[in-house]
Amino acid sequence: MSIFVDQQTRLVVQGITGRDGSFHTRQMLGYGTKVVAGVTPGKGGQLFDGVVPVFDTMADAVAETRANTSIIYVPAAVAASAVFEAADAGVALIVCITEGIPVLDMTRVLPYLHERGARLIGPNCPGLISPSRSKVGIIPGNICRPGRIGVVSRSGTLTYEIVHQLSGAGYGQSTCVGIGGDPLIGTSFIHCLSAFQADPDTDAVVMIGEIGGTDEQLAADFIQQAMSKPVIGFIAGQTAPPGRRMGHAGAIIAGSSGTAAEKMAAFARAGIAVMKRPADVVTLLKERL
Amino acid sequence: MNLHEYQARDILRRHGIPVPPGEVATSADQARAIAARLGGAVVVKAQVHAGGRGKAGGVKLARDAAEAAAHAAKILGMTIKGLVVQRVLITPAAEITAESYLGIVVDRASQRPMLMVSAAGGIDIEEVAVQTPEKIHRLAVDPRYGVLPHQALGLALKLYGDLTRARAAADIMQRLYGAFYAVGASLAEINPLATTRDGALAALDAKIVIDDNELTRHPELAALRDTSAEAPSEVAAREAGLTFIKLDGSVGCCVNGAGLAMATMDLVKYYGGEPANFLDIGGSSDPQKVVSALRIITADPSVRAILFNIFGGITRGDDVANGIVQATAQLALKVPLVIRLTGTNEELAIEILTKAGFSALSDMDEAVKQAVAKARTA
Repeated sequence: MSIFVDQQTRLVVQGITGRDGSFHTRQMLGYGTKVVAGVTPGKGGQLFDGVVPVFDTMADAVAETRANTSIIYVPAAVAASAVFEAADAGVALIVCITEGIPVLDMTRVLPYLHERGARLIGPNCPGLISPSRSKVGIIPGNICRPGRIGVVSRSGTLTYEIVHQLSGAGYGQSTCVGIGGDPLIGTSFIHCLSAFQADPDTDAVVMIGEIGGTDEQLAADFIQQAMSKPVIGFIAGQTAPPGRRMGHAGAIIAGSSGTAAEKMAAFARAGIAVMKRPADVVTLLKERL
Repeated sequence: MNLHEYQARDILRRHGIPVPPGEVATSADQARAIAARLGGAVVVKAQVHAGGRGKAGGVKLARDAAEAAAHAAKILGMTIKGLVVQRVLITPAAEITAESYLGIVVDRASQRPMLMVSAAGGIDIEEVAVQTPEKIHRLAVDPRYGVLPHQALGLALKLYGDLTRARAAADIMQRLYGAFYAVGASLAEINPLATTRDGALAALDAKIVIDDNELTRHPELAALRDTSAEAPSEVAAREAGLTFIKLDGSVGCCVNGAGLAMATMDLVKYYGGEPANFLDIGGSSDPQKVVSALRIITADPSVRAILFNIFGGITRGDDVANGIVQATAQLALKVPLVIRLTGTNEELAIEILTKAGFSALSDMDEAVKQAVAKARTA
């Protein structure tokens, strides 16, 4: 088992013929993901790499291939529109890799998805992977191992770092989810934690947060109230100067809520084992399992 | 992107919000001429991207044109929170009987724009928010409909007992939301919204921050950027497509990905060093970005060692390695370089680096320890 993606995932790639879209489609095909369709307006009827049919619209792609998950690699200016289109086409899970979507676009996208019961992961995220089952996004497959640890993170490469440490110590992963670094995202820590808690093949969860906002504090409350599985936590940005934007738009310290110290304290209060540095993940997992 | 007060006032005025007259001066003589034109007492206000200008001595009342010139001479060139004042706004002094606060931000919890208003406006609004949060009234705006008339009037009646004034304030709230949405702001604020002696309302100070992600579709707003009000290294980084923030330490950091970059800074500190910067080279595979990054880091004289921490995903290790080789050929490094590189195309990268006389580590902790030690002895 795993969360959100597995062998049942039938993936459609929005922006399949673009630079990033084509590169990562090949990576996903190579990993064994069932990529059943691609969408690029004007290129309907082509076959991508001789194997994946390309359609002009998401509606056509879903009707023809029964795709149930979409991944978005289109430029930021049209990414919100791609999410709307995916929701209208009826896919249940939409993963948006695109970085740089205006936050006001997201204020219109999120209620639309909510009304249609579609889940969005991201934007500005590396996607997710259930090792040896399905990879939807850009997380390098070769650093992951199948196993029983769930990983959820706001970051990209920092997730790779921690997954690399886990795999190296023999801790494989059930699913690794990058939820994205933007202020407004479709799937929160709590959604993922709740799915990991319900997943019989996940024994413990590693949660990687960062400065800005209060999502980690809310997650800590949730863990205390609703989770029986052990959780190991990390917060990036302990040395960040207040009020500065550190690459991720979400990593802004607004007022008093959102500092690393505050988040680490909330973790500790909720009984989460707190890493001081990424390399601590293995030691702490050993202690808690 | 932060706008200056005078730029924010222009936007509000275009959206029909009452804003008092005013002009910008870059010299004492200009300030004198503007004050004479406005007539009577004026306020001279420093235009910098920093809060607390008044408390720092950057806002002064002048009784006449001569005094305005004297204040301008003193304020221009003054440093407020590390930023040099290059412009002052001259605006008529108004006698005010009350100060309210109106602000809009995007709220992460409700995932909507949030309109916040208070009758306790003025320079201490942040204190009010902490000490007496009940004095701040909030409305999560449905972006599909905007601020509806009854919602605005409901909020305005909490601020003003007089119906005429409440209606005027409600109108300003709706117009402020219109301006916020039209320019793609992440913050739009009027503080204070002043009641003048004749009972009218006027936006005496304004602040607008534009979402950087909106700038490609708003070139007219991108043109308002005042690069002279930012650190030159940060301007150079933005133009090279890098995210860079200068800090005070001695270990220069060059990392791919914002989260890993923050974790690298944290680890530098953990091992007893101080990071000189935050720098994210992003996810692209462009050796030129590495060259730009090294140029910006080495321009900082307090950097004693440079640490590369690259975990290849979309970023390919060989591209970064080529960038390092190109950059060191062009720049003649005077400080030691520690390279940690793993992930996509790692073997190829190490081959490129070894051929050029560099070595690369695969462990992050080890690399950070070495960089901290080298920064200390260099």
